[in-house]
Amino acid sequence: MTLNELKEIKDAELAARKKTTIRCCMAAGCASQGSTELLKNLKAAVKEAGAEDQIEVRGVGCMRLCCQGPLAQADPEGPLYEKLEPSDAKAIVAAVLDGSVAKLQTGDPKQAFFTKQVSVVLGNSGEIDPERIESYIAADGYLALRNAMREMSPDEVVQEIMDSGLRGRGGGGYPTGLKWQTVSKARGERKYIVCNADEGDPGAFMDRTVLESDPHAVLEGMTLAAYAVGAEQGYIYVRAEYPLAIERLQTAIKQAKKSGLLGAQIMEGPFNFSIDLRIGAGAFVCGEETALMASIEGRRGVPRPRPPFPAESGLWGCPTLINNVETFANIAPIIRNGSKWFADIGTEKSKGTKVFALAGKITNTGIVEVPMGTPLRTIVEEMGGGAPDGGTVKAVQTGGPSGGCIPADHLDTSVDYASLSALGSIMGSGGMIVMDETTNMVDVARFFMEFCRDESCGKCIPCRTGTVQMHHLLTKIIGGKATARDLALLEELCDMVRNTSLCGLGMTAPNPVLSTLRFFRNEYEALLQEDPYATTTP
Amino acid sequence: MSVRTLTIDDQRVSVEEGASVLDAAKAAGITIPTLCHMDGVYDTGACRLCLVEVEGIPKLLPACSTIVAEGWVIHTNSERLRKYRRMTLELLFAERNHVCSACVANGHCELQTMAYSLGMDHVRYDYRYPKWGMDLTHPLFGMDHNRCILCARCVRTCWHIEGAGTKNLAGRGGGAHIITDMNEDWGESMTCTWCGKCVQSCPTGALFQIGATAGEMTREPARLADIITARRKKEWNV
Repeated sequence: MTLNELKEIKDAELAARKKTTIRCCMAAGCASQGSTELLKNLKAAVKEAGAEDQIEVRGVGCMRLCCQGPLAQADPEGPLYEKLEPSDAKAIVAAVLDGSVAKLQTGDPKQAFFTKQVSVVLGNSGEIDPERIESYIAADGYLALRNAMREMSPDEVVQEIMDSGLRGRGGGGYPTGLKWQTVSKARGERKYIVCNADEGDPGAFMDRTVLESDPHAVLEGMTLAAYAVGAEQGYIYVRAEYPLAIERLQTAIKQAKKSGLLGAQIMEGPFNFSIDLRIGAGAFVCGEETALMASIEGRRGVPRPRPPFPAESGLWGCPTLINNVETFANIAPIIRNGSKWFADIGTEKSKGTKVFALAGKITNTGIVEVPMGTPLRTIVEEMGGGAPDGGTVKAVQTGGPSGGCIPADHLDTSVDYASLSALGSIMGSGGMIVMDETTNMVDVARFFMEFCRDESCGKCIPCRTGTVQMHHLLTKIIGGKATARDLALLEELCDMVRNTSLCGLGMTAPNPVLSTLRFFRNEYEALLQEDPYATTTP
Repeated sequence: MSVRTLTIDDQRVSVEEGASVLDAAKAAGITIPTLCHMDGVYDTGACRLCLVEVEGIPKLLPACSTIVAEGWVIHTNSERLRKYRRMTLELLFAERNHVCSACVANGHCELQTMAYSLGMDHVRYDYRYPKWGMDLTHPLFGMDHNRCILCARCVRTCWHIEGAGTKNLAGRGGGAHIITDMNEDWGESMTCTWCGKCVQSCPTGALFQIGATAGEMTREPARLADIITARRKKEWNV
């Protein structure tokens, strides 16, 4: 593929655009509610009306307002149709043709939920057809790869990522450029690129959205990384619970190979890079990088102590660059628009945007992408519409089982790495679960502890048995059978498990307990019984 | 071979490059408690008893699988570490059914000895009393899952000293357990060579010779390391 060929595809694609485009959401949320059928019916209705030269029906990625799905919108300036049935297709097409609005549930595309979003990662989501590479190329896809390969040295690509200030979006927040630099400088017979798509936090679906909506962006990001660090083989480790994402990735890889954008002699240059999928078998711990690599190698998915870090000794002992889906999806936009453009978004220490999955007791459940530093209140109240049915927001849980609960009176906190950790929570991968006043915080802590207990790999003792005991103590507290001694035991265990566990799963497992204890200690204490054998220390 | 100089518990020590903290401590005559470590097989850093503090590094590091760096100042026996180690043992005792008086390894058990030496005199957590069975199908050896601490020394021994690959780990979290071949009865195993090395590697009463009764099961895991030394260095410690 040459620059001219990229341009030809883009021009042909843009020339084929019709006066009106009906975009129909084909991401997992809407698809599960029948949008596949709806898309088929829309196409049939257009054909039936003989309006194929005026209307293009396009299946697109996530249109973000998941709770109102299936969604469809007629461009330009058409209303956003919500909660559609497959049988609504004819009415929509008829309305487009006579310039009216169909008598269906509509939403305002100008509401804060949409207008406050800034799209870097999700720029193509809901716009392009994720199953057609031409649609991605029309949105300047693979232009960054072409430009990097022809106009930048690998070191310059690394430097560009360093300058952008991008930090890992998987949860740790490690500076991406630094990681790339380490891998590019590491010496090894071969090097590998790994994309961690084993998203497993309860209530998190950001990475799934990216993979389903814009798979080529992830492939392009990985290929740029391979060029920058000198790798020839990449793996995407995606969980089996994401069948649609897997299907779209397979399609995208096939298309990219066919177009000479993956495989041997990419862009007709001397650079080779292949990507293969590895499907997870349902273990949450395989999202931990060393366990993930063990799983790719075909071994039992358990973590190992670091150092050595994967950048030094990863897959089969070779230097390995491992980044999360969202991190890779940021790469092509950064190379295309420059590091300065990216660094201008966000705050001093946290650059760019972050995708969040809004879930729980919130009116607008769905996907939002906001600049770093956006106040939590803006996300939860303005964009999310607050708690439904007149409820009040009590707390927001970020970071999944590794994160913490932020109480409502801290909602003015800005969302960036430092502010969230100062509150005992973490940015995490982007799950955001909102709780209203009916939620019992001890129960929340127990839910996450149950999750960690069930997902512990069983290798190290603090995580394997500590989570069992902590869950047991929380159950005792909720059942009204615990005393102050039990609470002290619980706190002591939290400290021990966080400091002695082998991997991130164990080290962060106590976080939901610690953060609810910090802000909602009264809820714990209200459940305690008098200790008939009270002593001074447990 | 270059040398690394470091300080362990106020004692200066020099070791070869690539040595672990555990090796360095040994060279300085300092004992760091371990359960999953065994000379002769690779380390996994699973039991967390050997965690040490290194000045300037916020995280605790496992001595067995951490390679020393020049100038490190290491503390192996702080009040905090002793507390964590006691808690680790408490968690182990509460996890399965460790009834010393009725155990084949009573008096020769590394877990029991460790509890004595670290001063773990009672368990504050509720015992879980799980229902784990025994595998007594093998003519020579038995496996009592109730005594297992999942150190996986038997698995590593089976794979890397004997090379049979009979023993393995299955399940996760509290449900993790040692299996034979494809989760078959040990007596049915087509790969087991009846070498008994796994029994020698076991720190507790989980693996034993058939016929051993309470307190009778003694073993010499150091002999397993001797096999590796003999193979690699042609040195015979007989």
